[in-house]
Amino acid sequence: MNLATISLAYLRARALNTTLNVLLLALGIATITLLLLATSQLEERMQRDARGIDLVVGAKGSPMQIILSSIYQLDVPTGNVSWKQAQELARHRAVKKMIPLALADNYKGFRIVGTNHDYVQHYGGRLAAGRLWQKPLEAVLGAELAVRTGLGLGTAFIGAHGMGSGEGEHMHETYTYQVVGVLAPTGTVMDRVVLTDVTSVWAVHADQYDIKDVARIAELMPEEGKELTALLIQYSSPLAAAILPRYVNQNSEMQAASPAYETARLFSIIGVGVDVLRGFALVLILAAGLSVFIALYNALLERRYDLAVMRTLGAGPGKLMALMLFEGALLAGIGVALGLALGHVLTELLGVAFKAAKQVAVTGWAWVPEELWLIGLALAVGIFAALLPAWRAYRTDIAGTLARG
Amino acid sequence: MFDLRNLSHAYDGAQVLQVAAWQVEQGSQWLVLGPSGSGKTTLLHILAGILRPTAGSVSIAGQNLTALKPADLDRFRGQRIGIVLQRLHLVPSLTVVSNLLLAQYLAGLTQDSARVREVLASLDIADKADAYPHELSFGQAQRVAVARAVVNRPKLLLADEPTSNLDDARCAQAYGLLESQARACGATLVIATHDQRIKSRMSNHYELKERA
Repeated sequence: MNLATISLAYLRARALNTTLNVLLLALGIATITLLLLATSQLEERMQRDARGIDLVVGAKGSPMQIILSSIYQLDVPTGNVSWKQAQELARHRAVKKMIPLALADNYKGFRIVGTNHDYVQHYGGRLAAGRLWQKPLEAVLGAELAVRTGLGLGTAFIGAHGMGSGEGEHMHETYTYQVVGVLAPTGTVMDRVVLTDVTSVWAVHADQYDIKDVARIAELMPEEGKELTALLIQYSSPLAAAILPRYVNQNSEMQAASPAYETARLFSIIGVGVDVLRGFALVLILAAGLSVFIALYNALLERRYDLAVMRTLGAGPGKLMALMLFEGALLAGIGVALGLALGHVLTELLGVAFKAAKQVAVTGWAWVPEELWLIGLALAVGIFAALLPAWRAYRTDIAGTLARG
Repeated sequence: MFDLRNLSHAYDGAQVLQVAAWQVEQGSQWLVLGPSGSGKTTLLHILAGILRPTAGSVSIAGQNLTALKPADLDRFRGQRIGIVLQRLHLVPSLTVVSNLLLAQYLAGLTQDSARVREVLASLDIADKADAYPHELSFGQAQRVAVARAVVNRPKLLLADEPTSNLDDARCAQAYGLLESQARACGATLVIATHDQRIKSRMSNHYELKERA
């Protein structure tokens, strides 16, 4: 017999009421947990994908669209830039490294990215099987893509024109890609793309030039046909940030976009929605607090004789106060435990449901430090809701209560 | 055993109780008699230490209650005084055993389930140990209330109208329980009642007068 057994006995005696309060609190906590997990994982993933890329250069258009299309493989590209201009830019003293990207096609919704071996190196790619591409129309698969499409070493496939969003796309049936390598998982955007040489993309789209020898495409392709979609750039020094974007925007038909700035902007836009949901969840928690308060207050009225009797049995007023506070904290504790569990399970279910969406990967089996704050918040709400009932319990007039009953 | 002197109590300035002097020996058994509104319950509450009298001194087992600090008074009440209330007031969400353990816990004593079983057995309700109060008949519930009052072996056992609303047989039974349990732990017994049926059973009477 102690405070906990007495509180539990009371909560059990009001099982329905207890369940409702716990559920109300758990729903609020679960919503916030889900938001915390999803945004933190999304943010981490996006930061990982953009790490080490100081600037992205693409065709004139929306900077955010350039970032989304070239780093995250989410949006459609703004257009093309010429190979010649790209080469000139690569020689600029502010550029340390430049990774070319040529995007045009997809395989079953996964993008085919024409690039060079620097891309693989940049994302820390290691081969799980085979080798990297050496000539046009050789392809290396990202880890997740290989698993999901069932393509493997030695298999062949043809690409579909477009970014994989529409149906009934035009298939490039004349050109067949050979899979020569499969990458190990990196946890980045690279896991979900087909990698090939820039020249593969040129070859597939060179119908009007009538080039027979695909192996020599780089020589045979006329200059105006050599196009890229975007350039991933690493600065040679911090000073470059002040020079290069302006140089690109003023002296070329290209557009510079800063991943750091654009992702921050993206999160501030998403953040509005997240804040609304978070506010809604907080309202749920406050409602739960109010409900706990009403439940405890009614319980106090129901229990005034019990409390008076406990005083006759030797309990000091502090003990009765502690009993009410403990009960509030216990309700909150059960609610927050259930809410956290529910939040993690829901996030995991969301992750499973979104697997098909190819771009978003969230898991419920991860923790964020903010969850400790949630526990604190819930307990504070529970104890705060119990304050007035606890004070009333503290002030119980034993003789008066017993004389009336 | 207890010693009341110049005791008076008033609610909102209206005097409801006056006791010039009343001394009682340890182990003796008393009836406090008087019609409704004569202050029986008030006197019992003062003896139990749950009500501080407006004036006068209360000394129980050599301890002056009016001089005790609130926390010490709570402990003193839990350990030395057993109370059987008219409406029993068992805690409904706790089993019979837990109601008795609660009395030990709240009095700050060691929880002794052997003692709990012993008391329940002596009152013939050992088989109801795990029942909840709402599963008991009134007679059984009254036994549990008596058990809870004596489980800590009090020096003073108080009962407020224990026999009202009971038929003659049950009235005799209830009185018998209190009398034998008080004797078993050597406690002084004080029963407040307006029930004339038990008047003949006890020789020590303290009469309170009806107040205008």
